[in-house]
Amino acid sequence: MTKELSLEERFQQYVDAENKVEPKDWMPEKYRKTLIRQISQHAHSEVVGMLPEANWITRAPSLRRKVALLAKVQDEAGHGLYLYSAAETLGADRQALVKDLLDGKAKYSSIFNYPTPTWADIGAIGWLVDGAAIANQVMLCRTSYGPYARAMVRICKEESFHQRQGYEILLTLVRGTEAQKKMAQDSLNRWWWPSLMMFGPTDDHSPNSAQSMKWKIKRKSNDELREEFIDKTVPQAEFLGLTIPDPKLKWNEERGHYDHSEIDWEEFYDVISGKGKCNKQRMDARNKAHAEGKWVREAANVYARKQAEHSKQSAA
Amino acid sequence: MSEENKDNWMIWEVFIRSRNGLSHKHVGSIHAPDAQMAIKNARDVYTRRSEGISIWVVESEAITASSPDEKEPLFTPADDKVYRHPTFYDIPDEVGHI
Ligand SMILES: [Fe+2]
Ligand SMILES: [Fe+2]
Repeated sequence: MTKELSLEERFQQYVDAENKVEPKDWMPEKYRKTLIRQISQHAHSEVVGMLPEANWITRAPSLRRKVALLAKVQDEAGHGLYLYSAAETLGADRQALVKDLLDGKAKYSSIFNYPTPTWADIGAIGWLVDGAAIANQVMLCRTSYGPYARAMVRICKEESFHQRQGYEILLTLVRGTEAQKKMAQDSLNRWWWPSLMMFGPTDDHSPNSAQSMKWKIKRKSNDELREEFIDKTVPQAEFLGLTIPDPKLKWNEERGHYDHSEIDWEEFYDVISGKGKCNKQRMDARNKAHAEGKWVREAANVYARKQAEHSKQSAA
Repeated sequence: MSEENKDNWMIWEVFIRSRNGLSHKHVGSIHAPDAQMAIKNARDVYTRRSEGISIWVVESEAITASSPDEKEPLFTPADDKVYRHPTFYDIPDEVGHI
């Protein structure tokens, strides 16, 4: 027991000194479990996150928009793969992780359970949803687990185009007709609050955060990240000439931050527990894609086996 | 591999040469049923923005790594061998760059 304690103390000192933990290093079991849960949820979010946007690929208003959206969605698939790889370095089994997602047992970011009825939503997702994801991911570039941190560096490099293409879509709409401007505003109205919820519950309702901060898995609290995001985003909304749907949003000179209304946490927990508009649709789509890819996976296996036999024969 | 487990393709470690003249560097891993598919998958996942001009893939299981516990015996012997570095030797400034 004393030995176990001293290992944990040594681990804490190692992390406190800003060292990165690598796959073969000793780590507390809880650290490993926490990371597998967090990284796999992050991976699932990237994968499910493709769905609301994929909805618009075939209907993008121009070829320029279409190639951009296609490239963005493809990036998100890549992000999912980087993250599953990082989870595997901790001993997680990828197939088991994917199965948990398909069975509806794993969590993913609740934002992706909202629908994308208009083209402006593609703009709002890039600007706000990717924007919020970037705030979180920039922080995670400094997370204590090496493979996770390195995956985040890759991801962050790719993310900034996502946000810019989204903002550009909205900029184009607000400079267009009255109807287009209205479409942009309507989209902001729908995505603003869910985007703020992406940072998770307030600090006093986030019981696991303290340990994650201590282990330097997380480097900033949910509320800190949310505040940063709001402060950065409000001027961008002003530039667009759009109104953020919060009558209480106001610059607080003293704090040097924006004050805002209370977030509707009931909605947040409802969507997480499966009552969002698209939870079922998203899970059905994932399961359908997985089932329809079965023949490809089988064909690749058969081909690989035949090639191996072939090369064995020619070597003999 | 068992029948129901056949989707679980092998893991391959991916190394990429980013430019001519540089060595290959580890970038991550990929799943694939064979080496050729591993290269194709690595291309799609790790070089979407011209990050490379050459890819190596190695089955993860084929890699033998030093254990973190061996860190001391493996690497500390080099720490006190200062005479392996040029700054260990005193050369007067008048000699110029040497
Ligand atoms: Fe992403
Ligand atoms: Fe993104």
